[in-house]
Amino acid sequence: MKGNEAIAEAAIRAGCDGYFGYPITPQSEILEYLMEVKPYEKTGMVVLQAESEVAAINMVYGGAGCGKKVMTSSSSPGISLKQEGITYIAGAELPCLIVNVVRGGPGLGTIQPAQSDYFQAVKGGGHGDYRLIVLAPASVQEMADFVELGFDLAFKYRNPAMILSDGAIGQMMEKVYLKPQKERSTEIFPWATTGKPASRERNIITSLELDSKKQEIFNHKLQEKYRKIEENEVRFEEFQTEDAEYLIVAYGSSARISQKAIQIARAEGIKVGLLRPITLFPFPKKRLNEIAGKVKGMLSVEMSAGQMVEDVMLAVCGKVPVQHFGRMGGIIPTPEEVVENLKSKLIGG
Amino acid sequence: MSEQFDPKTIIKEENLTYKKTEVMTDNTLSYCPGCGHGTAHRILAEVIDESGLQEKTIGVCPVGCSVLMYNFLNIDMQQAAHGRAPALATAIKRLLPDNFVFTYQGDGDLAAIGTAETIHACNRGENILIIFINNGIYGMTGGQMAPTTLPGMKSSTSPHGRDVSIMGNPLKMTDLVANLPGTYYVTRQSVHTPAAVRKTKKAIKKAVEYQQANKGTCFIEIVSNCPSGWKMTPTQSNKWMEEHMFPFYPPGDFKVPQE
Repeated sequence: MKGNEAIAEAAIRAGCDGYFGYPITPQSEILEYLMEVKPYEKTGMVVLQAESEVAAINMVYGGAGCGKKVMTSSSSPGISLKQEGITYIAGAELPCLIVNVVRGGPGLGTIQPAQSDYFQAVKGGGHGDYRLIVLAPASVQEMADFVELGFDLAFKYRNPAMILSDGAIGQMMEKVYLKPQKERSTEIFPWATTGKPASRERNIITSLELDSKKQEIFNHKLQEKYRKIEENEVRFEEFQTEDAEYLIVAYGSSARISQKAIQIARAEGIKVGLLRPITLFPFPKKRLNEIAGKVKGMLSVEMSAGQMVEDVMLAVCGKVPVQHFGRMGGIIPTPEEVVENLKSKLIGG
Repeated sequence: MSEQFDPKTIIKEENLTYKKTEVMTDNTLSYCPGCGHGTAHRILAEVIDESGLQEKTIGVCPVGCSVLMYNFLNIDMQQAAHGRAPALATAIKRLLPDNFVFTYQGDGDLAAIGTAETIHACNRGENILIIFINNGIYGMTGGQMAPTTLPGMKSSTSPHGRDVSIMGNPLKMTDLVANLPGTYYVTRQSVHTPAAVRKTKKAIKKAVEYQQANKGTCFIEIVSNCPSGWKMTPTQSNKWMEEHMFPFYPPGDFKVPQE
């Protein structure tokens, strides 16, 4: 199954209430798959092709405000269009899932895989002080698994969650274990707009506050929530870090390439390990700082000009040298290139 | 409110001839004196009340003067980004088909930044009610030219009058959406006289019935005034609306179901 199809099928099985999308390469299979299998006949899940990415994310906003499990997906240029809606959703504290199958940019860029939307996903993207919960799958299995995880985290914190994938994982075919069909939830959330019964006050979904003092109090509340997410939801995976003298930090496709690079390097006697952040926000800062005390240097491998490397540097606080290696524009680095750069940028010679 | 002005202490229950609907809150309206928004809110609230739909209604308010509408109506509401209300309403209605769903949008919101959302929601025939307040100006931001500003009409961004050769022509959204297959009932009304208020209320009632019967999009334009933006007294503004807005935006039905 393709990564994109795994997302679509996992959404149906997770009991998703609504998907609102707009075609863009390399993620159109998500909407195509859903239209093909017609979950609206099976589970009652709403699937709608919107007139634009802007409309799609605002449909997600409307559905999320009703307490429904709703999602959208797109690729880089489309995700830029969705930023308005995403910041409103974050500001209104609503849960939803957004999938970005990243392609090379800027602008219309290429349709090949890239990881150049890291800043946009992790640092904000839209206006205002807000964060997304960002999950980075490295396999088709994780594409499927992170749909349910993304929804769970989104509802736990009433915050939008994003799956930050790339064109390689979206298009790649792998075996995948899918969970059995879950019933769609009938839970009515106390904050959701479902029609005001006499028993409660009216519910208002808004991100507007004209009183700046109240807005600041709200901003503090949001920041507290993000700190709580940082305390509780950091996820990462380590590979051969026990005896490592050097550490590669890489997520998604780059992490898979780096695993291969580590095999090559270790065959040459270089003790190198991998830390793969699974959550990009919250970022595994603490663990990186611990490892910084044990290794001689770190290399951030990304399909970008160097975005995550800034967070690695912040995490290690200057304890060890941190370098970056990346390819851009839809080019996927080879494991050999990674080893070469590990040698030239960190080991020397 | 001080005790001596509380209507309950002055008017005895048996002498009450008018009572505010429960669907309106006690919050003071944020609108300028003489503005049509307050009246439009009230008749919408009355229809929701009279139809017994308070518990079933979900409203979507726009960006603009009515951005705080959720303070005035005692129903569940969502506040949309500028122009996006029909997209929110689309999802709300599809996910909660038994609820009554409406959007309430001004001309800047609906006819400029939200043109795509409006046209496509209408074209899909989303089973929602769109209420469109057209006063030919951006009120909230201080009287700038709107897509609906009349040719020659002055605003802060057309201080010499709207020159259509430079600024383009006013957009008649109601005429446009009436031509789309998804709309079921399209009408243009006003709320500046008791007779007009009664007619508009009747139109909203019809739209409620049509939505309950799953008929498709109902679109009600309310041509309204903006005394502050137009720099007129409320009375002058209503007179100016009749003399200038009505010839360009004539009230009347555009699409009426054959019953």
